[in-house]
Amino acid sequence: MTDLWQPSARELERQETRRSMSRRSLLIATVAVVVFFGAVILAVVSSPGWPNVRNTFFSVEHAKASFPEIWKGFWRYNVIIFLIAEPLILVLALAVALARQARAPWLTPIRIIAVVYTDLFRGIPTLLLVMLFAFGMPALQLRGVPNSGLFWSIVALVLSYGAYVAEVFRSGIESIHPSQVTSAEALGLSRGQTMRHVVVPQAVRRVVPPLLNDFVSLQKDTALVFVVGVLDGVWAAQDYGNYNFNYTPMVVVAAFFVVLTIPLARLTDWLQRRMAERERAGAR
Amino acid sequence: MHLRLPTLFLATPLLMAAVACAPVDDSSSTASDSAGGSSPSADACTPDSMQTLTPGTLTIGTDSPAYDPWFRNNDPSNGKGFESAVAYAVADQLGFARDQVTWVKVPFNSSYKPGDKNFDFDINQISITPARAKVVDFSDGYYAASQAVIALDDSPAASATSLDDLKGLRLGAQTGTTSLSAIRDVIQPDTEPLVFPNTNAAKQALMNDQVDAILADLPTAFYIVAVEIPKASIIGQFQAESGEQEEFGMLFAKGSPLVPCVNQALQALKDDGTLDQLEQRWLSDTVDVPVLQ
Repeated sequence: MTDLWQPSARELERQETRRSMSRRSLLIATVAVVVFFGAVILAVVSSPGWPNVRNTFFSVEHAKASFPEIWKGFWRYNVIIFLIAEPLILVLALAVALARQARAPWLTPIRIIAVVYTDLFRGIPTLLLVMLFAFGMPALQLRGVPNSGLFWSIVALVLSYGAYVAEVFRSGIESIHPSQVTSAEALGLSRGQTMRHVVVPQAVRRVVPPLLNDFVSLQKDTALVFVVGVLDGVWAAQDYGNYNFNYTPMVVVAAFFVVLTIPLARLTDWLQRRMAERERAGAR
Repeated sequence: MHLRLPTLFLATPLLMAAVACAPVDDSSSTASDSAGGSSPSADACTPDSMQTLTPGTLTIGTDSPAYDPWFRNNDPSNGKGFESAVAYAVADQLGFARDQVTWVKVPFNSSYKPGDKNFDFDINQISITPARAKVVDFSDGYYAASQAVIALDDSPAASATSLDDLKGLRLGAQTGTTSLSAIRDVIQPDTEPLVFPNTNAAKQALMNDQVDAILADLPTAFYIVAVEIPKASIIGQFQAESGEQEEFGMLFAKGSPLVPCVNQALQALKDDGTLDQLEQRWLSDTVDVPVLQ
């Protein structure tokens, strides 16, 4: 049936107008992009200090020379620390968030601890926490307490990020509509069951994007282990720079982090889409 | 269309700003370039004729904290400590009175950043190396340090008598120092050395038993074991590079016209024995430290 439809002359004219307008937009956008970024690049490259900046930050020779140490430090420390810390952070944070939501009167001490913990550990700069734990705990010389700086740096990172992520989880839990809880109660679920089967699963789905934010932030903060002399990727880059008076390795290590972050962002997008599809159960 | 045109207008001032900043930098840098090109003759080394950062004033940089025995009480302007004393001696030789010398804080890792420096020279136990000399200019050396190994008295490192004995231990030193490259190149330990951001972190790790021994230049090591960590001692000393000692030099911007003047002053201080006197006064005697092979 539709094959028989013939667009009128006026419709053809409309289509032609739309096409020409979109061609014009495309042209303007292209010219704007080329002119703008071209001018910025030209301004940078033609600036009097550019040769100096290029040699200091973008030297191919120094990038090659520093690459092996950065590569080693990056995989051995930044990635491993992240992989160890992240699951611990998720568990700790969810526990703290649930503790803050507890309503039973006898759980009041737990609730107080959870509130004080989030306030305190979100307030202290992470660098300071790493120093306090990595140098402070071994200095106590307690029996049976490890004195590895790396171990205590990871503890500090877990405690610091645990506080942030706990608040993310709490906001997720609080965003679940009260009718969900009431419905669960009407079905005869206990408060614990309501949390376990109704509230938390929905809350976690909602907070995936802010969680990714904290993941990425943690990836970069793994570099704080430099405080105790651990030669991670970033510190290896700085160390190279301190010997050779060149900052190129910093650009190299920055690229490492960017390359690691992008797949993580795509993974989260995919996870979220899958979750949304399941939640809608086929509905549009 | 409604949205696009305003965006273009918004972009225009940005664009102009980006382009406009180039010529400003241009004029200022060519001015200093042409000034820097003229080589000074011997009689040009006076406060009035030297092209210092602030005319008539010598601006000297060092890191903060400024460590003993190179400085005293973290105050470079008191003339105490070896490097402070050398800096004032050089200033005096060039004709600058004490009140014509100002100090600025220059973190080590920003001393080599590109662009204009905020000091005439930086004196901060910086070793002269060929790689560094490509980026900045150095004066002649004013001190040649050998490397010292520091360990707690009850540590396994305390019984070491040779560099080989140190191979199996956990070692550490400050980033960017000859001490660290001595660990990497000369000792080559089985486990990777710890790399500390500064001496304080190295000392803390030593006290916490997070390293068995730390390395530093000998005068710094003397101060650490004498004053800061009495439970530690210097196990021994060695030369980082066979034959030739690495020397500390003052750091200048590349092409600084002041380098020949400062070198002249340093030579005069070496010739009349002042430099030796300052070394004896501020840096401890080093003869009784065993040499590690």
